[in-house]
Amino acid sequence: MTTEVKQLDRVIIRFAGDSGDGMQLTGDRFTQESAAFGNDLSTLPNFPAEIRAPQGTLPGVSSFQVHFADHDILTPGDRPDVLVAMNPAALKANLPDMKPGTTIIVDSHDFTGRNLTKAGYAENPLEDDSLADYSLNVVDLTGVTIEAVKEFGLSRKDASRAKNMFALGLLSWMYGRPTETTVGFLEKRFAKVPAIRDANITAFRAGWNYGETTEAFAVRYEIKPAAMAPGTYRNITGNLALAYGVVAGGVASGLPVFLGTYPITPASDILHELSKHKRFGVTTFQAEDEIAGIGAALGASFAGSLGVTSTSGPGVALKSETIGLGVMTELPLLVIDVQRGGPSTGLPTKTEQADLLQAMFGRNGEAPVPIVAPQSPGDCFDAAVEAVRIAVTYRTPVMLLSDGYLANGSEPWHVPDVASLPEIEPGFATETNHVTVGKDGQETADFWPYLRDEETLARPWAVPGTPGLEHRIGGLEKGDGHGNIAYDPGNHDYMVRIRQAKIDRIADSLPPLEVDDPSGRAKVLVLGWGSTYGPIGAACRRVRRAGLDVAQVHLRHLNPFPHDLGEIVQRYDKVLIPEMNLGQLSLLVRARYLVDAVGYNQVRGLPLKAAELAGALADLVTQTDPEAADVLTETDLEDIVR
Amino acid sequence: MTTTPTGATDLPFPGLSGVPTTDTKLTGKDFTSDQEVRWCPGCGDYAVLKAVQSFLPDLGLRRENIVFVSGIGCSSRFPYYLETYGMHSIHGRAPAIATGIATQREDLSVWVVTGDGDALSIGGNHLIHAMRRNVNMTILLFNNRIYGLTKGQYSPTSEPGKVTKSTPVGSVDHPFNPVSLALGAEASFVARTVDSDRKHLTGVLAAAAAHRGTSLVEIYQNCPIFNDGAFDAIKSPDTKADAIIPLVQGQPIRFGVEGSKGLVRSAAGGVEVVEVSGDNEGDLLVHDATLDDPTQAFAISRLTDAGVLHQAPIGIFRQVERATYDDQAREQLATARGGEAAPSAEQSRAALSALVHGNDTWTVV
Repeated sequence: MTTEVKQLDRVIIRFAGDSGDGMQLTGDRFTQESAAFGNDLSTLPNFPAEIRAPQGTLPGVSSFQVHFADHDILTPGDRPDVLVAMNPAALKANLPDMKPGTTIIVDSHDFTGRNLTKAGYAENPLEDDSLADYSLNVVDLTGVTIEAVKEFGLSRKDASRAKNMFALGLLSWMYGRPTETTVGFLEKRFAKVPAIRDANITAFRAGWNYGETTEAFAVRYEIKPAAMAPGTYRNITGNLALAYGVVAGGVASGLPVFLGTYPITPASDILHELSKHKRFGVTTFQAEDEIAGIGAALGASFAGSLGVTSTSGPGVALKSETIGLGVMTELPLLVIDVQRGGPSTGLPTKTEQADLLQAMFGRNGEAPVPIVAPQSPGDCFDAAVEAVRIAVTYRTPVMLLSDGYLANGSEPWHVPDVASLPEIEPGFATETNHVTVGKDGQETADFWPYLRDEETLARPWAVPGTPGLEHRIGGLEKGDGHGNIAYDPGNHDYMVRIRQAKIDRIADSLPPLEVDDPSGRAKVLVLGWGSTYGPIGAACRRVRRAGLDVAQVHLRHLNPFPHDLGEIVQRYDKVLIPEMNLGQLSLLVRARYLVDAVGYNQVRGLPLKAAELAGALADLVTQTDPEAADVLTETDLEDIVR
Repeated sequence: MTTTPTGATDLPFPGLSGVPTTDTKLTGKDFTSDQEVRWCPGCGDYAVLKAVQSFLPDLGLRRENIVFVSGIGCSSRFPYYLETYGMHSIHGRAPAIATGIATQREDLSVWVVTGDGDALSIGGNHLIHAMRRNVNMTILLFNNRIYGLTKGQYSPTSEPGKVTKSTPVGSVDHPFNPVSLALGAEASFVARTVDSDRKHLTGVLAAAAAHRGTSLVEIYQNCPIFNDGAFDAIKSPDTKADAIIPLVQGQPIRFGVEGSKGLVRSAAGGVEVVEVSGDNEGDLLVHDATLDDPTQAFAISRLTDAGVLHQAPIGIFRQVERATYDDQAREQLATARGGEAAPSAEQSRAALSALVHGNDTWTVV
């Protein structure tokens, strides 16, 4: 029989199994194959906080969703077209996201009494009619894998562990993925255990051949490479791009990088990555706690390095006092917060954007800190470099707000031209900057650590080892200019205001915002920040396809806001602010610009769904402009939320 | 080689190798800042400040390569009064901040000034971890057994039953013995000295500065306002002979009037005080701070009164060589560079370009 080949413009596949089934690896390999093929793509790993949750149960299900297309896409997709379920729990946990008519491939091996019960099935769903609405493919993936690798003499348990590679081979066949990268990867990964290596490669090829030779799957799909801007690309996750951005910040500034940190999900990979780059002069210090991590980083900055600390929301809470010390001592410091679900321990492996107000206000006293946020995994690189620029130029702690989705999600990344990195000038002080006239009229040249640059209001950075510039700094209020302890009321009022003015001054260095308003007729503006860029962009496209007008602005800088933001938000009749929190940017925009912003808020631990957001956006557009509602057909409305 | 009152040899200074020296003769005045010293009259901190200011020139270092870091508390004002680089940081965190400085800059002599509340209460975690890692820094722990800056609450070294503003019917906290704690954390240099004994203090400081790794120096320091007389037993001419157990390297440990008392091993495995007689003179413990096993030093540290102080060993308890955290961290960086000097800006950019490209790229034309 000939296999039919169908052309598709995009597909969303979700691999789901037990947390020990290797689903993250499977999804990652499929992603790499798709990247090598030239599709645009976006991924969403989703896994429990437990390393090995009880086997076969719903809380133990781990999944990896990959969306790949022949055109530019913005999100990992709302609902999968294909679900690969390796056990009953994976099927049960993911079925609610599957629309009728979509494809489900099930490993039937574990659909037995006890495993069905553990997943909460009274009856075997493969044997009743409950999945009749789907295109169901039932294969004993485990059984055929064990059979395929028996020549390697592995135990039954070890042999069965190659089933994820069998599934990957099958899906790779089905979607015409190139296989060389995965074979090469397996050869390298298991080089030290030949039997495991060979079993995995054999299982992978057997999966491919199973699709090719059996008649179980009648259709293959072709998704052509995406048209992308010329250049060199690679696939990258947010945490990796962010770590590279920190290395780049060190290179661009010529400063040695010192990361003082404490392991925390989902930020630990930044520590793991940076610890590999010692030849760039990057020192990583795994401290005894979050406080010591940032303390050592601030000490390193005092000593003339680029001090960096990485954490998630609970860690920021512990670091707050030291961030305040950084504000007072006016030293460069990069604070990376990979946000996760909160409050407290919250949802360690899930994403959220609810630390914006903590970053903005979570310190005692008036302690302004600039805030920078990346909008996609690859953008974490540029955001990190920008945060370093601000920290070094303005001598201040900077909060870099990534999140769990950006951290672990991936996308093709246009590899930057290193020559285009900004020059970041530490401008260390080397000479005295002041003359003191004594009572006897005698002039003495001395160093005043709090005399400010007129343009940036930054103070001089004089590092230990510089002769003649010995000085003392600390957390007590500084006297203007000389920097000695000063308690007088007027000085304190002045210093509080000048520290704020310095942060406000950063806006002078920011480019104008890009307003995406293709028709120029939009009455509604969607304003976002951080990882919601993808869903917001996808939602805008849906709404525009239906003939409605909408404008989009996405913020890189949350503090200070760019100068033109006020004028822009006041230009539109309505401003919609979608966030994965209960309205934190909304609060800031309302307070600052007196604009009646409308929130769109979800805190489900998952990225916003583009279709739902598009529905809400279309509603707001039609409410704002009733004439727009008139041109909208029922079909348009259905398309928006499909 | 000179010999200090502690019996330790204090020169050369491996702890300071890498820190640039100067031929210019500096004096205590060169290390005195223009800031008015604001401790209470009679505070023991004055004596320590004076001793440090007059001792620092002996190190022969460039003044700009010395850094003092402190936390919060009366003693933590110390850096403001020294004409070196300094940071008066936040409560308890000085050892963490100093770790970043010491790791990044081998050419700096790093000092931490802290108190019993700062180091042992709010900053206890950072203190033990700095000592465990053996970061090259000298920690001066001013122990006055009280909270001074917050006006007189009991501290983690106050004696049980202490009546203070926060414990009107007596404290029920068991105190830390800072020396025992440091030995438990396997600190490579642990010593105790007294604010009023300038000679001993200076000798201990010299040995601490000479030591490469974390040096913990507990300084008994009198607070005349909130805990006056806490150390009278070891300061009063009438009682000090019986109260101070002097630890001198290579010498039998004897104290009391005319050396009437001494230390011997106890049957229980520890150390005990005995009246010295002709029979037991040969059994007296000979002090050896260089023993790798900290057990004996710990046993000696236990002879410190936990309650009102009547007896305390004074001197260097432990002084052993152990690889430092910062040396090893720098060594790893050097190894990663294949022993080459730091790369030029162009080389760094080329290496960065290779890094961000990685191994799996594709090109769109």
